Amino acid sequence: MPAITASGLSRTFQTKRGPVEAVRSVDLTAEHGEILGLLGPNGAGKTTTLRMLTTLLPPTGGTATVAGCDLARDPAGVRRRTGYVAQSGGVDPTVSVREELVTQGRLYRLGRSEAVARARELAADLGLEGLLDRKTAALSGGQRRRLDLAMGLIHRPEVLFLDEPTTGLDPGRRADLWDLVRRIRDEHGTTVVLTTHYLDEADALADRLVVIDHGVVVAEGPPAALKERYAGSAAASLQDAFLALTGRSPAAEKPAPLSV
Amino acid sequence: MSTTLSDTALVFERYARQTLRSKFQILFGILMPLLYLLFFGPLLTGLPLGSAGSSWQVLVPGLLLQLALFGASFCGFAIIIEKNHGVVERMRVTPVSRLALLLGRVLRDALLFVFQAVLLVLVALAMGLRAPLAGLLIGFGFVALLVVSLASLSYALALKVRTPQEFGPVINALTMPAMLLSGLMLPMALGPGWLDALSHLMPLRYLVDAVRDAYVGRYATAHMLYGVLVALALAALAVTVGTRVFRKAGA
Repeated sequence: MPAITASGLSRTFQTKRGPVEAVRSVDLTAEHGEILGLLGPNGAGKTTTLRMLTTLLPPTGGTATVAGCDLARDPAGVRRRTGYVAQSGGVDPTVSVREELVTQGRLYRLGRSEAVARARELAADLGLEGLLDRKTAALSGGQRRRLDLAMGLIHRPEVLFLDEPTTGLDPGRRADLWDLVRRIRDEHGTTVVLTTHYLDEADALADRLVVIDHGVVVAEGPPAALKERYAGSAAASLQDAFLALTGRSPAAEKPAPLSV
Repeated sequence: MSTTLSDTALVFERYARQTLRSKFQILFGILMPLLYLLFFGPLLTGLPLGSAGSSWQVLVPGLLLQLALFGASFCGFAIIIEKNHGVVERMRVTPVSRLALLLGRVLRDALLFVFQAVLLVLVALAMGLRAPLAGLLIGFGFVALLVVSLASLSYALALKVRTPQEFGPVINALTMPAMLLSGLMLPMALGPGWLDALSHLMPLRYLVDAVRDAYVGRYATAHMLYGVLVALALAALAVTVGTRVFRKAGA
């Protein structure tokens, strides 16, 4: 059984101006130990899909299993077996690195001494030793991101969800983070699902991509196969494939409104 | 059940540590009732308040519940900031009990405001309050129940709004009428019939009446019965609402 299967997953938000279909119908699978990239322009439905798969948002349609647990019937099982690192991270700036890691371990029901040991182990593994007693506000961008990852890994999850993991990092730190994510997968067999709108990130990091646009999957496959199929050759850029698929570039902003 | 308890202890410890780090937070809420005690209390000592006991036995119960009313209603501010840091979501994605996410916080709040209530009563004793110990303890119990109720509702509302700017005015608009209509400062029995009748629609009124009875040593009264029932019902309702919001919060 794959690590993740989703079928017809959808989410409609009711707003004052009528229903908004953020995710219309997403089908996807992720194999064990795979790094799966969800790629799409801003507003395509990537984050909403991730929020459904992590139990934060109940789907309005469709079914999914994550790490062997049914999303609708056993959300607690999904939570126990998965980790999630949000775009904003989620640590309190006034709390120390050690305290955040230990509390996080305890929230995942590790015993106190186990959580303390695991915090130390992760800090050593992710280059955070020496920072354990600092307030999280005192960390640099790259250190903060590594702490966010450590928070998501504290309970050794089978599946790790990362939402825009390298947004805001400089190129050197981004490449470091990609290495780290690969190493986590290689050493622990963790299935990683990440969203991104950076094509170089999708190309370099993901084994397979699911391209989402307007709330539906418009293409999926390994980066090279997408380039060959949609841009004519495996040597083409993912940018060309992306433009062919969605008709716009992934990080395209809406045109600035005229000022009056 | 035991996981809910240990989860609650865990969440409680986290927020208790945060409170202990901030002297400001520990003492700030006491300022307003303390000012009333010092500068408003002495005005009442010679006035006919139409009730048993001294004016302090009328005023101090009101100030205790005022402390709880304003302190607990503004608890939600902290969670708006946490929400913007992604802390709430990070906790909601773990297997931790949703009830514990709420209870751990509101128990910290209850302890904090009972501590402030104790300080307030100590000052009041120095100013001339005399009341039976059992009555004082009952008063602290009502403070704790009211804080659990209002802090739960405050967190629920705070999780629903996006910015502190939306939250503050709503809380102000609710707490001021609650204070005036419950007779926190002076007994409603002094007022005209229509105001007294209107104030019976305000749940807080029943708690104030009960604590005033406790402060004059009357424990088996209708006021006490209604006070306990209203306080417990309010707490049960508020915790239910709060837990629902922690379960569903799309924020």
